[in-house]
Amino acid sequence: MSLDTQKLELFRDEIRLKTLKELYNLGFGHYGGSLSIVEALAVLYGKVMKIDPENPNWEERDYFILSKGHGGPSLYATLAAKGYFPEDLLYTLNQNGTKLPSHPDKNLTPGVDMTTGSLGQGISAAVGVALSHKLAHKDNYTYCIVGDGELNEGQCWEAFQFAAHHRLNQLVVLVDDNKKQLDGLTKDIIDPLDFVEKFNAFGFYVRRVDGASVQEIYEAIELGKAQNAKPIAIILDTVKGQGVPYLEEKADNHHIRPSEADEAAILSAVAELETKLGKGVKG
Amino acid sequence: MITASKNYELESVEMRQVYANTLMEMAKANPQVIGLEADLMSAISTNKIIKEIPNQLINTGIMEANMMGVAAGLSLTGRIPFVHTFGQFATRRAFDQLFISGAYAKTNIKILGSDSGVTAEHNGGTHMAFEDLGLARLIPNCHVYEVSDSTMLRYLLLKVEKEHGIHYIRTIRKNAVKLYPENEVFEAGKGKVLREGEDVTIIASGIMVAESLKAADILQQQGIKAAVIDMFTIKPIDKDLIVKYAQTTKAIVTAENHNIIGGLGSAVAEVLSEHCPTPMKRIGGKEQFGQVGKLEYLKEFYQLTASDITSAVEEVVMSKKD
Repeated sequence: MSLDTQKLELFRDEIRLKTLKELYNLGFGHYGGSLSIVEALAVLYGKVMKIDPENPNWEERDYFILSKGHGGPSLYATLAAKGYFPEDLLYTLNQNGTKLPSHPDKNLTPGVDMTTGSLGQGISAAVGVALSHKLAHKDNYTYCIVGDGELNEGQCWEAFQFAAHHRLNQLVVLVDDNKKQLDGLTKDIIDPLDFVEKFNAFGFYVRRVDGASVQEIYEAIELGKAQNAKPIAIILDTVKGQGVPYLEEKADNHHIRPSEADEAAILSAVAELETKLGKGVKG
Repeated sequence: MITASKNYELESVEMRQVYANTLMEMAKANPQVIGLEADLMSAISTNKIIKEIPNQLINTGIMEANMMGVAAGLSLTGRIPFVHTFGQFATRRAFDQLFISGAYAKTNIKILGSDSGVTAEHNGGTHMAFEDLGLARLIPNCHVYEVSDSTMLRYLLLKVEKEHGIHYIRTIRKNAVKLYPENEVFEAGKGKVLREGEDVTIIASGIMVAESLKAADILQQQGIKAAVIDMFTIKPIDKDLIVKYAQTTKAIVTAENHNIIGGLGSAVAEVLSEHCPTPMKRIGGKEQFGQVGKLEYLKEFYQLTASDITSAVEEVVMSKKD
């Protein structure tokens, strides 16, 4: 499959824009870890996944599980961009009675395949889905994004052992290696050492790519699928707040309640993306 | 009312064989049924399933948290996972997985928690769950059962296969006392009255049902007529039946192979205190952990014998006269 990089980058920009507006409208939220997975979501929903937004529960679809559930806002932005629900719903994020809670709930939001947020659990469910497809000799893929901080959870490594043992080659795990968790740098809290070495040792096909490059992410997924023997791990070299230089540089950017300076920077990023997408500034 | 045998003989078939045979039967009839084990296949006899239909029994290895999540994932694609492990691993160890990936996500998982309470015998305190019913009961919309014989176990397995949601079934692994004829039917939320009596009602579950029947025999010789209810349906519990017998007998004793906090005794006390305050005593584990030992020793140590129930009944009947 060839890649229309320019088209995918526009989709990426749309997701980033919607994510920023959604979070800005709420007034606080998980900016850092939502923005670091935007490129991965753009590749999955813009190119590789077999889905039907008109029919979110289509039985023949590929599944996506956001194990690092606090990245929910950018998943919602992606689903809105794909037409799973109207954009207006994004501006109900975390409001009383909303269909968009900060962490995804499969029973509330069209297009959300699994309820996540208790870290370590989404990956096990993804493994269960991939196993089910394998047992049924179906060619559907299961995609799962886990956080680098999330990989502190032992359950993830249980799931990886299980996936490798059962040769779940239709499972694609994307590690959002943004190098920070809530309390600081992952290397200072629990040093993850080398994810490539670890996933290799756990029996995965593994590649490390620039997580800000839709081209590299796409190619890694295709290469992983071509090998057809092992589950696939793609280590995304990302930064928290990705794509918004001001937020990337902000030290404490896991959960932000914007200051005046933050607000100005976020609004300027929004304006820039809107100009780029040719939509003009929206109030 | 069911007239239970007064012989209190052990069944010829073990509960584990009933589980494995019923699961195999369900799996053969329905390709969506799939068993999950965390390295306890040989303990519960499901190894014969993996030999015969290997795609319908998955041994995850020793990883209960992941097993519960895999079960949730399997159910997302329409499969019906039956998860087995010892009760403490199914609840204490994998509680958040059962809670979030299971009940909160509204997935479809059937859990068999085996080796209930003192029946864990030589596995001792680390493996002796006196709190699994309490934990399961705290999970919204989780159905909680404690089975008392093989007829009931088989019936409930076939029943929960057809009902979406989280169902926790607590069992012993070996032979239970025979209580029910093979054609008996059971309903969630409906306890079974095994014996009528006007002076007191003993509400029991699991292995304590047979002990309660034995206690009722002893009490009868003393002129105390005890009704006995098998309250296998811990949640939903049979509120109407509890209130009805509390009103007629005006004294209640509960008996469970579980901590008196959180399980059957608590569930009955909650019903009584809200709907029909009644003198009651609870038989079961107190502020105690498990330990190794033979079943008879453990039943005496934790005061789970017919004689302990008899004493509790005498006390509560006396207090009624005060």
